This record gives sequence, structure tokens and C-alpha cells, in this order.
Amino acid sequence: MLRAIDLPEALAQRLMEMGLVPGSTVSAPFAAPGGDPRVYRVDGAEVALRREMAQFLTLETPEDPA
Amino acid sequence: MSPRSALALPAACHDEPPAPPRGSKARIVAIVGPPNAGKSTLFNRLTGLRQKVANYPGVTVEQHRGRVRLPSGDEIELIDLPGVYSLVHRSEDERVTHDTLLGRMPGQPRPDAVLLILDSTSLARHLVLAANVLSCNLPTLVVLNMGDELRGRGGSLDVTALSRQLGAPVVLVSAARNEGIDAVRAFLAGEVVRPLPIALPALQDVPACHKWATRMGADAGYRAPAPPMWTRRLDSVFLHPVGGPLVFLAVVLAVFQSIFTLAKPLMDVVSGAIEGSGSWLAAHLPASLLRDLLVDGIWAGVGAVVVFLPQILILFLFIGILEDSGYLARAALIADRTMAKVGLQGKSFIPLLAAYACAVPAVLATRTIEDKRDRLATILIAPFMTCSARLPIYTLVIAAFLPEQPLLGPFLGTRAAALLGLYVLGFLAAVGTARLLKSSILRSERTDFVLEMPPYRWPSFRQLGLRLVDRSKVFLHRAGTVILAASVALWILANVPRHDGQAPPIAESVAGMLGRTVEPLIAPLGFDWRIGIGLVTSLAAREVIVGTLGTIYGIEGTAESVGLQEALRMHLTVPAAVGLLVFFAFAMQCTSTIAVVRRETGGWKWPAVQFGYMLFLAWTGAFVANRITAILLGS
Repeated sequence: MLRAIDLPEALAQRLMEMGLVPGSTVSAPFAAPGGDPRVYRVDGAEVALRREMAQFLTLETPEDPA
Repeated sequence: MSPRSALALPAACHDEPPAPPRGSKARIVAIVGPPNAGKSTLFNRLTGLRQKVANYPGVTVEQHRGRVRLPSGDEIELIDLPGVYSLVHRSEDERVTHDTLLGRMPGQPRPDAVLLILDSTSLARHLVLAANVLSCNLPTLVVLNMGDELRGRGGSLDVTALSRQLGAPVVLVSAARNEGIDAVRAFLAGEVVRPLPIALPALQDVPACHKWATRMGADAGYRAPAPPMWTRRLDSVFLHPVGGPLVFLAVVLAVFQSIFTLAKPLMDVVSGAIEGSGSWLAAHLPASLLRDLLVDGIWAGVGAVVVFLPQILILFLFIGILEDSGYLARAALIADRTMAKVGLQGKSFIPLLAAYACAVPAVLATRTIEDKRDRLATILIAPFMTCSARLPIYTLVIAAFLPEQPLLGPFLGTRAAALLGLYVLGFLAAVGTARLLKSSILRSERTDFVLEMPPYRWPSFRQLGLRLVDRSKVFLHRAGTVILAASVALWILANVPRHDGQAPPIAESVAGMLGRTVEPLIAPLGFDWRIGIGLVTSLAAREVIVGTLGTIYGIEGTAESVGLQEALRMHLTVPAAVGLLVFFAFAMQCTSTIAVVRRETGGWKWPAVQFGYMLFLAWTGAFVANRITAILLGS
């Protein structure tokens, strides 16, 4: 589950408009060769992000709130 | 999440005065929708060939306009606005859409109604835009596209319920399959009704908008479709750690090989028609100056360029298929790591691929790159990519100097390999320049890379066809204006000063003198004054050189007796021919690109730097290539 996005406002809003809203369930099914960038799937939408940006997304598993 | 200061955001649109009623002028309807929702498909479906592309004044966003004729005989003007997720404007695209809907776009009246097109398979996400658009209080039809896909994947929706909740009419359509489009036409023809006021969320609060959108969908009985299985299956191949890059390479190679093999028979037909009609004209018109101008000037000059239309169309066809099928986004993903090595990013890959067709749309396509430095770097290197205007001179010189032999069985011949080599050369120059820029003046800390992966879809023949018609128009328009004017001007310059009513030998004509003036500058590259004239005229556009050489040799009489290739072999050594190819790989001979770069970068500084840098590289590269070839050939 996506908990928070710690990026500048404009960028965070763009991600949220694409479906990456805090509280949604995120999976990462695919990646480019080498593992970066990675494709994040949320609500049927797929958005690719580089690691340097994805590291600012806080993810947590529902059973184990960090 | 850490607290954020509020941004200066647009107020909701309620307080705007309603658009004044127009007299007899055609009603204006704007199409609004998120990227990949099928805006262009609906636009093409409604307008067909009655459309044109222009630019908004002052900004670089392309504007697609078209006309729809209604059964009543009235016409409606349709504007396809840039794809946006919301009207909170950060990028130039978003600003254009926002300002147009509010009637704040200079020189652009406020639309009378809106077609809001959303992808019904991602409704919960896309309804966020509905909140934004409905707040503008313009008569709105909500068009839910991809209805066939929604059904096919087991999703469903109560259209009437959604319409009641949104306070605006809703239709479920499939623009690609032409289902439900009559309802859209009926809306265009009918009375305009403003949406009923409904409670809307605060537009700046994206999570609140999402909650609102999800509730709207749930209350309308929206059942989301099953995941697109084919897209997942294809991605497990196309994005496979090993298979993905292999497919990527195979696609690129296939495109290049077919530019030669598929285009060849078509080009033979076109060139046969041009030569045939040229000699028919020569035989049937009375001998006069006008006939010479027509046959030696216009037919030879314009014809030499028009021959390349099939090749350019095939290239655009491939890029169109890659784009419409959704593969291009995957290609950008795969390319990202490689692009990162030179300091760029995967998003630069799409403009750079478009630059293989033409640098002008490529420079426009850089608008999808949010990162300003990356965007400027991409603009500056785009003209190094081998655009289709280079194909005429490349193919001409390669065919004249390199015999065709199989290299890899039937898959790759020597000529395609040479062409591929030139593409690689341009690419390397682009990469080297990018590295230089990104490690010096355009260095940046973090790159904002956000790329949506659309589901795979079958490209529609209709869409591709319309695009090719559009490209043909642009190309033939250039052939009919720039190249025609250059051919006529050149023919005149090559025929004055006249002595006793006779044309001078071409070397003594004004054109010849022009060529001789630049000859000392290009003599080290092995080019004579004929090529010199070509280099001067091709400052307007690269492909002009082929027309110019066609005209010069046509006047000299060599082209008619032995053909353009043979004529070239008579006047150019092999090292000089290699130098000529390298020169064209590097030089920025294209007024359209210079103009678009000036507009995009907001001044003459960058295009001037770019032109000087590329010319320097072209001259040096041609010189080095000439020497190396000469040494290799032992001469």
C-alpha cells in the first residue's frame, strides 16, 4: 500500500493524478533491463518511475505498518 | 506526508461570465480528455479529412482543428485540445487547455460546448478530470470511450445513473469501432444545455478528487473490467529482462531494412512516372525558354525530391504503428538506462525517434519532458538524428557508389548496412553532444521521469491512413513551394547572364559563380562548385540538394544521358562521396528546424549555437572521413 509521496508538490500531484494516491494498492510487475526504471501498477494504470524518484514513495504492507 | 504550501491554483470556473451568443458563426466545440483516452480517434472519426494542424499563437502546443457537417447543413468547428489529467495547470499543455476552456486564450473564442472524452476502462481515475471540466459550467457531453473493451473484459456501468449524478449527459462509445458516435453527433446538433449544478470536490486536493471520482463510479454501478490480459502477456515478453532488448533491436532493424526493400518498387513507379511525363512534355511542347524551365528546372528539380515520398511515408507508417500500438512507451522504458548513461532519460527517446522522421515534430514532442534541462538538451541533439529529409541524398549517394550485395543473407544488404551506419553516426553525434551538454552547462541533480504505460491496442488503419495523408500533404506542399521556388530560382541563376540569347555554360552562370565562390571553402572536402551550389541551396532544406543536382546536371545534359547517379560518379571521388554523406549527417541545414528551435527556446541564442556547432562538426567530419577513406583505398 502507498502511504506517502515525499516529492515537490507539483510532481506529487502529477503522480496522484496518474493514480498513485496515498492509500492505494501498488504492485511492481515489470522493470526495464537492469531493474530500473520500474513499472508500478495501481488501479489498472501502469506508471514507470526511476529508482531515484520511486525512493521518495513510502510503501507499506497492510499487515505490518511501518 | 509533510505539509505543503498551497500553490497558486486556478479558481474554479463558475464565476466566469457565460460565453456571449454568437451570430451566424460556426459553433466551437472543444474535445478534452486525458492522454490515451482516444481524443484523436474521436476527432478523426468526426472530422475525417476536414482538419488541419496549426500552432497556438505564442506557445508551442499544436492545435488540431476540424469541421463537422451536421445533417441540418450547419457546420461545427471542433478543436482537439492537448491531453491533460486535470485543469490544474503546471505544464504548457495544461495551460492551453485550461485557458481555452475559460476563454482566456488570446485570439481564441471560448468554446460553446465540450466533449469530455474519458477511458471507460479506467473510469475511476479519469472521472477526476470530469470534476475539473464540469466546474467550467460549459455545456458538456461526457463521452466514455473504449466501450467495447469495457464489455469485452467483463466491466459494466449504468450510463443513466452516472449522467444523473454528474448533471450532464453521458454516452458510452467506441471511437475506434464507430460505435455510439451517432449519439455524439446528436449532441453536437442539439440544443446546448449547461450542466446541472452538483457538489464538486476542491480541485486542488487530488486525493479528495479521487475519492469523489471513485464514489461517482461506485454509485453508477461501475464494475471495473478485468485486467488487460493481452497487455500483461505481451509485456512479459516485451519487458522481459533478456527478450525485451532483443525485440527492441529487432524492431529497429526491421524498420531500417524495410525503408529500403519495401520502398524500392514504389519509388521505381514514382520515378518512372516523373521521367515519363518529363520526356512527354519535352517532346510535345514547342522548343522555348518556358519548356526548358519546365523540363530542366521544375521537372528535374521537384521530381528528384518527390521520388522519395514512398520512403518517407513508410518511415512515418512504422513510427505511427509503434506509437498507436503502445510499444513506443515500452521502448522508452527499455531505452531509459542507456539514455541515462549520457545524462538523458527514456522520455527523450520518443522525440529522438520522431526525429528520425523529422526534427520539427521531434522538437515539439520534447514538451512531454518535464525536466527543463533535459528538454533543452533533447532539442539541441534532435537534428543529429537522421531525419527523412536526409534520405534523398543518402540513398542517392549510396546507390551511386556502393554496389548492392547480401551481407546477412536476405536480411541485410550492403546498402541498408551503409544507411544504418549513417543512422548510427548521427546517433553517436547526438549522444556525444548530449554527454557534453549534460556534464557542463545543462547538468542536473535529479531527473523527473514519469511515464504512463498504455495498454496495447491494435493500430487502426483509418488513423494511420489519415496521418499518412497529412504527412503527404506537408511533404508535397514543401515540394510545391520551397523546392519549387528553389528549382526555379536555381534554373534562372544557371541561365543568366545570357549572351546573344544563349544560356552561358553553367560554370560561367551566376549559379556557377556562386558555387565557385564557396569552392575554396569546400575544396579540402573534395567537393567541386556543383556540390557547392547544392550546399548553398540546401540551407533551406536538406532534400533540396538532390533537386539542385538534378537541375544542374539536367541543364548540363549529363543527367538525361546517363542519369543522376552516373553524373554524380563523374564529378565526385569515393572519398569525397563519403565526406558528403558525413557532412549531411552533421550539418543543420533546415530552416524549419531553426525556426522551431528559436520558438521553443525563446530566442536566437540556442539555434545560433546549434547551427554553428553542427556546421563545424560537419566540415571537420567530412574532412576526416575524406582522408580516412582515401588512406583505406590506398590513393
